[in-house]
Amino acid sequence: MALLSPIVVLPLLGFVLNGLIALSGRRDPVALRAVTLIGCVLPLLAFGFAVRALWALEAHPEAALIEPLFTWAVIGEHHFAIDLYLDRLSALMALIVTGIGSLIHLYSSGYMKGDAGYARYFAYLNLFLFFMLLLVLGHSLLVVFVGWEGVGLVSYLLIGFWFKDTLNAKAGKKAFIVNRIGDAGFLLGIFALFSLVGSLQLDIIQQHFLHEDIPVITATVIGLLLFIGAMGKSAQLPLHVWLADAMAGPTPVSALIHAATMVTAGVYLVARLSGVYEAAPLALAIIASIGVATALFAATVALVQTDIKKVLAYSTVSQLGFMFIALGVGAYGVAIFHLFTHAFFKACLFLAAGSVIHALQGEQDIRKMGGLARALPLTFIAFAIATAAIAGLPPLAGFFSKDEILWFALSSSQGGHGVLWGLAALSAFLTAFYMFRLLWLVFLGQPRTEPALRAQLHEAPWNMNIPVLLLAAGSLVAGFWAVPGYLHTLLPAPAIMPALAGWHGGVAGLAIALALAGLGLAVWRYGGSRYQPAPAGAPMAFGLQNLLTNAYYVDALYQRTLRTPLQFIAQHLLWRWSDQRLLDGSLHLAAATARLTARLLAYLHNGQVQWYLWLALLGLVLAVLLS
Amino acid sequence: MSEAVVLNLVLWLPVVGALLIPLLPRERDAPVYTLAFAVMLVQLLLVIWLFVRFESGVSGLQFATQIPWIAAWGVAYHIGLDGLNLLLVLLTALLGPLVVAGAVRTITHSVKLFYAMLLVLQFAMLGTFLAQNLFLFYLFWEAMLIPMFLIIGIWGGERRIYATVKFVLYTAFGSIFMLVAVIYLGLAAHAAQGAPSFAFSDLYALELALPVQTLLLLAFTLAFLIKIPSIPLHTWLPDAHVEAPSPGSVMLAGVLLKMGAYGFLKLGLPMLPEAAKLFTPVLMSLAVASIIYGALLAWVQDDIKKIVAYSSISHMGYVMLGLLSYELLGIQGAIMQMVSHGLISAGLFFMVGMLYERTHHRELAVFGGLAKWMPVYALFFMLLALASVGLPTTSGFTGEFLVLLGAFYGAWPAFVQGESHYALILASLAVLGVILGALYMLRLVRRLLFGPAQAPGGQPADLSRRERMILATLVLAIFTLGIYPKPFLHKTEQAALDYQRLLLEPTPAQEGL
Repeated sequence: MALLSPIVVLPLLGFVLNGLIALSGRRDPVALRAVTLIGCVLPLLAFGFAVRALWALEAHPEAALIEPLFTWAVIGEHHFAIDLYLDRLSALMALIVTGIGSLIHLYSSGYMKGDAGYARYFAYLNLFLFFMLLLVLGHSLLVVFVGWEGVGLVSYLLIGFWFKDTLNAKAGKKAFIVNRIGDAGFLLGIFALFSLVGSLQLDIIQQHFLHEDIPVITATVIGLLLFIGAMGKSAQLPLHVWLADAMAGPTPVSALIHAATMVTAGVYLVARLSGVYEAAPLALAIIASIGVATALFAATVALVQTDIKKVLAYSTVSQLGFMFIALGVGAYGVAIFHLFTHAFFKACLFLAAGSVIHALQGEQDIRKMGGLARALPLTFIAFAIATAAIAGLPPLAGFFSKDEILWFALSSSQGGHGVLWGLAALSAFLTAFYMFRLLWLVFLGQPRTEPALRAQLHEAPWNMNIPVLLLAAGSLVAGFWAVPGYLHTLLPAPAIMPALAGWHGGVAGLAIALALAGLGLAVWRYGGSRYQPAPAGAPMAFGLQNLLTNAYYVDALYQRTLRTPLQFIAQHLLWRWSDQRLLDGSLHLAAATARLTARLLAYLHNGQVQWYLWLALLGLVLAVLLS
Repeated sequence: MSEAVVLNLVLWLPVVGALLIPLLPRERDAPVYTLAFAVMLVQLLLVIWLFVRFESGVSGLQFATQIPWIAAWGVAYHIGLDGLNLLLVLLTALLGPLVVAGAVRTITHSVKLFYAMLLVLQFAMLGTFLAQNLFLFYLFWEAMLIPMFLIIGIWGGERRIYATVKFVLYTAFGSIFMLVAVIYLGLAAHAAQGAPSFAFSDLYALELALPVQTLLLLAFTLAFLIKIPSIPLHTWLPDAHVEAPSPGSVMLAGVLLKMGAYGFLKLGLPMLPEAAKLFTPVLMSLAVASIIYGALLAWVQDDIKKIVAYSSISHMGYVMLGLLSYELLGIQGAIMQMVSHGLISAGLFFMVGMLYERTHHRELAVFGGLAKWMPVYALFFMLLALASVGLPTTSGFTGEFLVLLGAFYGAWPAFVQGESHYALILASLAVLGVILGALYMLRLVRRLLFGPAQAPGGQPADLSRRERMILATLVLAIFTLGIYPKPFLHKTEQAALDYQRLLLEPTPAQEGL
């Protein structure tokens, strides 16, 4: 029996059924219950099938499972097959996608209750799972790309889910277009790989790079092109600008798509094609540099954000940066490890934030929160666990994966460096600080909520609390599974610089100290009743805060240096001047010339016989004179 | 019934229909469009039957008819299907009944003349695709102009006279040069073989000197580039589209624009291979420039029809790029892209027309948030927009992906060996179209469908069942070609290979050099 196709097909079926209900426009309780049932049960079944497939894989872990579906096209000797592929890496990804995906579907049934677009929402969410599973289970880059574009599309649709608000629709559009810039790079990488290898199948590409002698320049260019795609999807500098705006979508979407799964696709892609990067040290160095720059950049921006989701969004960008640091020093398995633990604690943080927003009837400004722990104890506990996890406090999940990243950033023989470690450690310190700041401002200290709202505060319903608590449990224990070891046969760890052997314990201790320092600083700064938020609209205290609040003005910079000039070129240079003046103008000039000539000739040909006689006489005179 | 007879029936049915229309009662419109629809539908069914019967992997014509006509000039009535025209004939036949169904509410005066013209147009378009004799091809090519001229000129918008004259003058200008080339080729065939002939097969075998080839290709290129249209010969298109009634726009974008590319594919390039090689860098540059230029202009338009019109220029650039890739992937991609663009642009023009019928407006600024008022309209518009952006599972992806892959793959060896760099650079630049396509199409979608709902005259009614059927047909075709293009590509592969061989294989004359 087919092992892999049910994993992919079940969510697709959910999309079709829920899409039909959405189209029918039915909103009666029966239809809504059907939507919930279809939307939640099918992903859970897909998770079950993913577990079963993993079981089958573990029987012979060295041989990947391959399930051919159909052939998309045959052109000459090139076969474009649509096959599914399962090895330990894709199995892990499929488990994250279906497992955390199922929890978020369940949570959504509470969060989105009563929304006019309930069925449409679940249809999109199921469709997202389908494309995401294609992405991670695709055997060839063609299938991966189909999934890649598909998740981008659903992300666009869900960011703009409440499309009546222009801002939401604009945020969706921005996400799509920035991602398309990445996609253009990804496509070029695919084309180059196809030209070089003659195939788009991942294992063939990987083998080709292992066994053939590929010129370094070729591998570097291909690696960087693919990385451009990863930068778009995984919101790395300078293509990070869409993710903060993407928070316009419903909060469970932020948890699933913009934290746990889709945005990690870039990390998966680089790890999946590690063979290419092993042949391209320069590309790896660039990835590490961009990773650490993004980690630090986003961490600083997160320090001053006042929207609970924006803090988490920048934190996601920063954590993705950590994953790219690991990739950049050749520690692919460690990057996937952090991807795995991050999926738990970041999904937990977003869902808990969703519960807060839900309880506060849409309020997202942390200056108007505070002291919510008493009213939302379960949410608080989950949020606190996940915060400790992301801050890297042992023995929570984030500690293990982040510790490994910091260790390899320092010690990897494939580009480990003190500066890289220093900047990453600084980012880790900032992470602990801004996350505990968030925890304090939202849940502890003096309540700053509207008094009328305070009376109505209540904990979220069970279908929202259970996923949050399960994810919190995951954030507690996920780090105990040594993912890099599990993936070792596929993604071997890089060698350690001999001089640093034996220093791992010390480096880890330093990391813990930094996390505690961040915690302490946050408590000192925001703890107790010390913190008083600046009233809205008050001038910012100093320039740096302005700079950070506006995320270093990167959006404004792009607006000025890219969009406005391009618009000017299109509008004035190409359209007004080239199309209308030059091309149509010369056409009209030619037409006018023809008309004028015709009119002049018409004078000669005016039908008066005397005039013809005069002309004939003139001609005769001229002929005589000239002869 | 033999297939050749059926193919003739396919071609001549519209003429029969057009001749029957005057016999119908004058008072009512219904019998007129019912007849036109029936004719188009029967034609479509026959074409589908032929498509199924069409054998893959066989070179040359199938279901051909050849009857001497003007023997003294070597002109014959010679039609047939091959892999190059197969999908285009299918596309034309598919759009036929849809256009009739779409015109029912749009065309309110001179109804009989309109449907007669539509049928004549259908005849001329099919004739152009099916003709296997250059003289016949030229006759059909020119014959297309007349009904299109009238459709824009009689049923068009306010500036219809300007637009239709511009359209005709542009096209006729190109055609004059083509006519000279046609006559020259006929004479050359006469000189080479001792008997007059305009048969394509004879013309492919001609061995012409390079300077002659160059001049001939210049003449053909002018005619074809205008028709595609490629920059800088494109300015007739936005005007023609804006002024044309929406059935006219659908036919113009859906089929007529394919004629230029088909011309290159069928005769321009394979007949004059050495000159084609010489021209490739220039034509490829024009193709890539069209992709980018058309997309940027589509981005700054305020008239919805102009957005779709300029997007056509961009999308047809991919077709040229694929044809010039000299690579099977690219050639197959170009054929796919032609069909895909025919379906998508037809759908979009239908949808602009449907909105115009309800509101009598086409300016983007007056609309917003239609997804709230017209959910079905929004759904179809979204699907067509995504296909236009080239998202996977739509035909737009199949076409664009194969074209770009083919262009890149074809250019790679020369690039790696350091022989020539331009082709790979151009293919890489063409990928910019992927970004720009999203830029203009999502701008359109955002403004039209999202945000607060607004439309002139209040809430427009959502799509009727007739309109849904039209769009559903197109969307179904778009997704079929996106998800499972294999059977279609299979039917065209042999012809694409033959085309590639004609381009690449040195002729005996060249070997002698």
